[in-house]
Amino acid sequence: MFVRGLKRKCFDGEEDIEGTLTGIKAIPSYNLQRQSLLDMSLVKLQLCHMLVEPNLCRSVLIANTVRQIQEEMTQDGTWQMINTQSTGQASLDRLVSTDILCRSSKEQAEGKHVSGYSTFNKDFEGDQTQDSSETMSTASSVQAPRNLQSNVWEMENSQENKGNFQKSLDQIFETLENKSPNSVEDLFSEVDNSYYDLDTMLTGMMSNTKMGHCDGLDTFSSPAPTTSNSNCKSDLNELDHIVEILVES
Amino acid sequence: ADIISTVEFNYSGDLLATGDKGGRVVIFQREQENKSRPHSRGEYNVYSTFQSHEPEFDYLKSLEIEEKINKIRWLPQQNAAHFLLSTNDKTIKLWKISERDKRAEGYNLKDEDGRLRDPFRITSLRVPILKPMDLMVEASPRRIFANAHTYHINSISVNSDHETYLSADDLRINLWHLEITDRSFNIVDIKPANMEELTEVITAAEFHPHHCNVFVYSSSKGTIRLCDMRSSALCDRHSKFFEEPEDPSSRSFFSEIISSISDVKFSHSGRYMMTRDYLSVKVWDLNMENRPVETYQVHEYLRSKLCSLYENDCIFDKFECCWNGSDSAIMTGSYNNFFRMFDRNTRRDITLEASRESSKPRAILKPRKVCTGGKRKKDEISVDSLDFNKKILHTAWHPMENIIAVAATNNLYIFQDKIN
Repeated sequence: MFVRGLKRKCFDGEEDIEGTLTGIKAIPSYNLQRQSLLDMSLVKLQLCHMLVEPNLCRSVLIANTVRQIQEEMTQDGTWQMINTQSTGQASLDRLVSTDILCRSSKEQAEGKHVSGYSTFNKDFEGDQTQDSSETMSTASSVQAPRNLQSNVWEMENSQENKGNFQKSLDQIFETLENKSPNSVEDLFSEVDNSYYDLDTMLTGMMSNTKMGHCDGLDTFSSPAPTTSNSNCKSDLNELDHIVEILVES
Repeated sequence: ADIISTVEFNYSGDLLATGDKGGRVVIFQREQENKSRPHSRGEYNVYSTFQSHEPEFDYLKSLEIEEKINKIRWLPQQNAAHFLLSTNDKTIKLWKISERDKRAEGYNLKDEDGRLRDPFRITSLRVPILKPMDLMVEASPRRIFANAHTYHINSISVNSDHETYLSADDLRINLWHLEITDRSFNIVDIKPANMEELTEVITAAEFHPHHCNVFVYSSSKGTIRLCDMRSSALCDRHSKFFEEPEDPSSRSFFSEIISSISDVKFSHSGRYMMTRDYLSVKVWDLNMENRPVETYQVHEYLRSKLCSLYENDCIFDKFECCWNGSDSAIMTGSYNNFFRMFDRNTRRDITLEASRESSKPRAILKPRKVCTGGKRKKDEISVDSLDFNKKILHTAWHPMENIIAVAATNNLYIFQDKIN
């Protein structure tokens, strides 16, 4: 992992904020810090999809940090569903290209990204999805104060001078929230999803992930998990064949 | 030379194993006492080198499996050969390291160079004789324990019964028997039914040194769970739960990340355990769950730099820690090739540096100090000058003597107490 230098101070001394309450000036500063942290975290999460499996611990910790920030912002009332309407189509292209880059080749082969794209398109036009994740309901509950805050938001944006980058990062986050239920899972379980999909195709094959769900006593008595492991290996040719088909389609 | 990823002394301390990012294992052996060369006692020289793991490709997920050795654990010695377990992200291997210093000569059916002798030429029978040869150290894989982990293995621990061991990944812990490779028992599973709900992962696990039914595992939320395998087959419910209440005054967005435990080690006595989080080392009494009995600050001066360390990912570095043989001292690494030792009795601590520039062989190490603010004294180094690329993540302490092994990126340093 490329380790960058520490040149950018990046708002160290967060704890000093309480001691420097100089009226309105202090509050945007904290919000700036928080927003910057949120942006950074989202970028880190997006960059998780690489050739080597991403570090699950790191992903979980970053995601928890993002959730924490989001919760606090929701409480503050500063959480923005963001100017999805106002930014227009221009940013969409940029967002989509980021999205495609971040997905693994496997998912592209399975055509998953296509469905994700179309879902995002729907949301973009203002349709409410039937997504039942709690994050979605939290987000929609603060849509009311959004308009009031939007002027302040614009002001902050110009102050920060981050421009499009800022907005598209927020959109990435929104995309993560608004996509089909599976996609938020993708942060952690891209691996699991592929197993699951293959499972539905090949009947009778128990995946490794299901081993852990066995009842305690069963793990001692039944040799089923072990035979499935050998089945996995012997079915590899079959799987290769199927993967080829997926890739071609 | 590749980046060293694990360091471990064996039970006698005569052998020191290192694993690296390229999947290689290098074993060092301590020189025997030699009256003609009194200074060579205590020197470790290369004993054996072998390729433990190779890079693999998981075709189902289109992902590479790194060959980096995450952990090495020695088995207690039972005969002339040495055994160790080495693991990468997915597969654990049992290696046998044995010496060969004799060779049989005078076979009846074949020549010295191995060719079969013509049966008609054999006129008499002879008994082969063992002749000495140059010492050869052979490493051979005896068992391969594979296909039991969906997530990355972070720990292995040999049980005190010397028959079983555990392997832990981010979400599960499996129990193995050393003789059986096609089956393992899942004893901990914290994978949620819905992966969206995942907020905590397993970061380290270890068996109790004396009670073969007890093990602990630590989490990314700074908690440690002690489990008793006698209570149920699936140890999802802990017997003890160790967590220090959070200090509300120091709460920040990074609180959870820095509380994540990167290593857990039982003391040799089995009475205590030590945990390492990003900024501190804590010693816990197994009989007290609500807070540690001792806390040592490793590099508190980094607390105000957490945002930068988050940005460059250093905040996710996993430092290990270790006890000395008598449990009176503990050691852990830091940045800038610094490592820290704490004496539990005198409460004194010291910072030392592992680098070629700052120490010549056999020279006594000079204590280092980091200047945290204000005027920088001579010989002190300021926080901003620290090199965060030079991190000491892996250290090991000889089980009986004051000899330590410190891995600084791709260099191994071995230090010992000054002998008069």
